[in-house]
Amino acid sequence: MNEIIGYIFIIVGLVFDFFGCLGLIRLPDVYNRLQASTKCVTLGTCSILFGLFLFKGFTAAGIKAILCILFIILTAPVSAHALARGAHKSGVKLWKDSVCDKYAEDSK
Amino acid sequence: MRRLRWLLGLVFIVGIGLLAWFNPFTSLLEWQSPFLKHSFYTLFFCGLFCLWRILKGPTPADRAVAIDILGILVLGFCAILAIPTGRDWYIDIGIAWALQSFISTLALAKYLEGRNFDE
Repeated sequence: MNEIIGYIFIIVGLVFDFFGCLGLIRLPDVYNRLQASTKCVTLGTCSILFGLFLFKGFTAAGIKAILCILFIILTAPVSAHALARGAHKSGVKLWKDSVCDKYAEDSK
Repeated sequence: MRRLRWLLGLVFIVGIGLLAWFNPFTSLLEWQSPFLKHSFYTLFFCGLFCLWRILKGPTPADRAVAIDILGILVLGFCAILAIPTGRDWYIDIGIAWALQSFISTLALAKYLEGRNFDE
């Protein structure tokens, strides 16, 4: 029973990973790519690691997988925010159909 | 030029299909089930997408984003590889890789803030 639920979690994680990397290729802008790929790939990898935890149970490897999930959830938004701020500071233009740019208005 | 790009994409996809069909990694790993083999190949294609964005990204910020995503994908590789082989130290490699990827991404973001690349 645990293995079946683990397989389901791994399938969901693989689908999220695949669509995140597809967004990394297909979207037109740095910020769109960052928004799509970071969220999808983070959630997908967390789901794969939770599937590994369901396979292993409360052994050393399973608890390390839970620690890894906590570490990714803490650090991935920080790195994404730093990358977006760095890209905006380095002068990368927005896409031509973007609606508004609040960060440039605030930092004037 | 456009037809050349379509042709290159077709050759790429057919090559990946042949690679997955003839299965060159069988000698390296003993797979317990075909499901884990196919999940390994899905993550392999995602890594190829990230490498394409690193090659072709028009600005340095694109390349930094792709490097960040590739660092998180390798963690998924380690979690997938730990199941069929039964070796638990793959997840230790995953934890170390996540830490290194986080620090390198912060360093790249700090480097991007300092200068103007795109003007």
